[in-house]
Amino acid sequence: MSPMAHTAPEPSATAPELIRNFSIIAHIDHGKSTLADRMLQLTGVVDQRQMRAQYLDRMDIERERGITIKSQAVRMPWEEDGVTYALNMIDTPGHVDFTYEVSRSLAACEGAVLLVDAAQGIEAQTLANLYLAMENELTIVPVLNKIDLPAAQPEKYAEELAKLIGCEPEDCLKVSGKTGMGVPELLAQIVKQVPAPVGDPNAPARAMIFDSVYDTYRGVVTYVRVIDGMLHPRERITLMSTKTQHELLEIGVSSPEPVPTKGLGVGEVGYLITGVKDVRQSKVGDTVTNYAKPATDALEGYREPLPMVFSGLFPIDGSDYGPLREALDKLKLSDAALVYEPESSVALGFGFRCGFLGLLHLEIVRERLEREFGLDLISTAPSVVYEVTLDDKSQVTVTNPSEFPGGKISEVREPIVRATMLAPSEYIGAIMELCQERRGSLLGMDYLSEDRVEMRYMLPLAEIVFDFFDQLKSRTKGYASLDYNPDGDQVANLVKVDILLQGEPVDAFSTIVHADKAYTYGVMMTGKLRKLIPRQQFEVPIQAAIGARIIARENISAIRKDVLAKCYGGDISRKRKLLERQKEGKKRMKMVGRVEVPQEAFIAALSSDDGSAGERKK
Amino acid sequence: MAGPPPDGDPAPADGSLPASAAIGSAGRAFGVYLHVPFCAVRCGYCDFNTYTAKELGGGASQAAYAGTAVQELAFAASVLSRAGVAERPVSTIFIGGGTPTLLPASDLARLIGGVRDNFGLKPGAEVTVEANPDSVTPESLAALAAGGVTRVSFGMQSQVRHVLAVLDRTHDPKRIPDVVKWARDVGMSVSLDLIYGTPGESLADWRSSLEAALACEPDHLSAYALVVEDGTKLAARVRRGEVIAPDDDDEADKYELADDLISAAGLAWYEVSNWARTPDDACQHNLAYWRGDDWWGVGPGAHSHVGGVRWWNVRHPSAYATRIDAGESPAQGREVLDGQARQLEEVLLRSRLRAGLPLKEAGLHGDPAVLLAGVLADGLVEPEPAAAGTVVLTRRGRLLADAVVRALLP
Repeated sequence: MSPMAHTAPEPSATAPELIRNFSIIAHIDHGKSTLADRMLQLTGVVDQRQMRAQYLDRMDIERERGITIKSQAVRMPWEEDGVTYALNMIDTPGHVDFTYEVSRSLAACEGAVLLVDAAQGIEAQTLANLYLAMENELTIVPVLNKIDLPAAQPEKYAEELAKLIGCEPEDCLKVSGKTGMGVPELLAQIVKQVPAPVGDPNAPARAMIFDSVYDTYRGVVTYVRVIDGMLHPRERITLMSTKTQHELLEIGVSSPEPVPTKGLGVGEVGYLITGVKDVRQSKVGDTVTNYAKPATDALEGYREPLPMVFSGLFPIDGSDYGPLREALDKLKLSDAALVYEPESSVALGFGFRCGFLGLLHLEIVRERLEREFGLDLISTAPSVVYEVTLDDKSQVTVTNPSEFPGGKISEVREPIVRATMLAPSEYIGAIMELCQERRGSLLGMDYLSEDRVEMRYMLPLAEIVFDFFDQLKSRTKGYASLDYNPDGDQVANLVKVDILLQGEPVDAFSTIVHADKAYTYGVMMTGKLRKLIPRQQFEVPIQAAIGARIIARENISAIRKDVLAKCYGGDISRKRKLLERQKEGKKRMKMVGRVEVPQEAFIAALSSDDGSAGERKK
Repeated sequence: MAGPPPDGDPAPADGSLPASAAIGSAGRAFGVYLHVPFCAVRCGYCDFNTYTAKELGGGASQAAYAGTAVQELAFAASVLSRAGVAERPVSTIFIGGGTPTLLPASDLARLIGGVRDNFGLKPGAEVTVEANPDSVTPESLAALAAGGVTRVSFGMQSQVRHVLAVLDRTHDPKRIPDVVKWARDVGMSVSLDLIYGTPGESLADWRSSLEAALACEPDHLSAYALVVEDGTKLAARVRRGEVIAPDDDDEADKYELADDLISAAGLAWYEVSNWARTPDDACQHNLAYWRGDDWWGVGPGAHSHVGGVRWWNVRHPSAYATRIDAGESPAQGREVLDGQARQLEEVLLRSRLRAGLPLKEAGLHGDPAVLLAGVLADGLVEPEPAAAGTVVLTRRGRLLADAVVRALLP
């Protein structure tokens, strides 16, 4: 096997035959980052001392959650049979919410390493990404990782992989990212098996954006794969979806620190800097071409990022509204999928209605706002996008349940997803039961091996965002994995349930649910609020209603005693201070009609476990 | 004096008062509270500043205590005189505790004498002593009367043994009619204290306590909802789940029952937790607290108020005695109330009284119908006095007095 390459091929002047572009497809804790680190070391682009654990995952949140949110590309030299190749490893985001980004990263490659933990077998998301790679006609290099673990079962999972991709079990490479065992052999196989890129060097330049990252110092760094032609520094480029023009201030490759080059040719992977400050101006999937000599056709597959899940984000301290706006404005620069607009709520004050690619995206944004910007936030239960047709044929798009029209509705459409779940076969019943409760319909089921099964369901997205993943995990003792993809919409019998305090609707608790579940939601939320809202001087009915029809009711009985029995000499100062505090507290009360509700009560109602969705990392 | 001392400013060592304390003092009554910080046993619900150890040394010992307290009275006279506060004979004395009757009657007489010597005592002044039903005899009561005590307040608490047991009260409830009679026989006015809402107390238990108390035909009756104060043995028992915490609704029921039975027996409420047979039987000393009059509190942990200045003494009897012996002010901290705080206190204290809170006197100007619209609609204040600009709580309002205060405050 090859030692480290002595001379690396020069970027911009590397023949396509010497280039290999590949991704690693893996589940979060199956060791992708460790393996990538080992490759960086073996190829000599990062030396031992520089090596931080998991070099590629940059953000703290990514590292803590063990997921890669944003991808990067690294160029590594590798010598094989006396020839030095340029290997471009394109990292892929590892979550269901970023499927589109994954598909673009894969579209930038000719091959993919399918990396599976030899002790755990393939997971649902990996499978979904594998299918994506196969659709993109990538060459798949199957690899079992962590073979140094005592619990590893390489034979069992080699069979599983072989069955999935149609190879022989013995074609699966066995590596340990931790010890480095088998990694040189893997690099050799990448050179051998992954086809070299093919393109027309003389055609007008076309490069596909597969990632776009905001950098505080450099503005937006755009990662591209050149398909045809060549890009040079200082030339003017056009982004084909928006027709906007920019000057290429810098062009280069990552290895893994940015190294400027004289350009990027066919098959090469690198970065562009144009001075734009907002990733929206440089969108994933878009085609970069030369302004003076433009291509006529953009590359296929471009798609606008589409928010799928909406939630209201409100500062717990109302005076943080301004800082929240500034923080969102900043995050937007690095997050093309984040959308938001001001929203005001009776219960929660001023905040923003935000759209996300999915639940994880929501959680990441929220965590970044809290951690990087020091904000305390409350988010309303996630909602999906409903298309409502009224009797007069007019259409309303609803992203906020409180805006669900109250008039005559002829039809409501809700987004649906195709979900794939992988689990040990003993949990088939539990998964079926859960999907049944969530209005799912079974599309199919396959055994991956004797005791592991893949189940495919069609499910309303709204059911997924409501606590589905937690339920799936708890009912399968954590063994099931989940992936889903949007798959259009369907007509459904959906209703808006309002929660009323003394007859006044509390916007933050309005929700859109299937008619069959309205009652359950109503009983749950009224019961919860009854426990959370302090007693008032008058009786307060808490009702759940569909339109004018009350479906559930609880009462907060009137408070009868609120007086200090003894108020003598020494009690007076204490008592006065208590009243002063209560007076201050009153300012923080939210008034719903005559009912005083501490904001904490709303927050508790929104944040407790059985209320809002709590899908965590995958 | 309940609870931990409030946060305040440091108090000057010489006890000197700001000039503001003297303003208007000639028009205010002046009372003295004398704290006796000793008990034979400490009750599980009590967070008052009291000690059971008889061996507290020096000026803090039970034997030396009266002498130390009298020294504070002399100190008080000089502080008030230096501050330019009007010299007034004392209208009321209240000797509380602790268990004042643990001290010999001669000591209590010495305290009263100390007040007389330093300030003079108004003719007909009310002099109250708190007493445990099991710490008095006909002889001791006669001695107290001879020493100047005009009124005794017995800590009856309940007629029901299992309730008294939870409260750690050791007296025999059967003794109550006797001690009331003995006090009457020596010419004292008699008040009984009751507590309701004790864990395990049924409504019937409470009724029997009320009936027993009323059967003694007291001149005055106080009924307090039990409050589980932090740091007490009872609080720990509640936390451990050994007893159930008092319930507000249950206490509201019991308050209403008390008001019904006490009123039917011919006593009338004059403060949220107090009923008197005639207006003259109302506790004048306590009324002074609620009306914002001046008083000097003597003893460890005692609170004082003079013209918008509140202060409180160090809590431990030994620390207290050390300060007094050194000729220093025993005050641990104080607060000089600003206009807003004084207004809040006036609203909070006077609204508790049957005499009511005249809005204008508390600086609440404007149309009473508007100011009181909410509390009138909720039935918390009496409509007739309200129309005339005075807040008088209805029975429902008495139970929700704090809510009324919050509603009234600007």
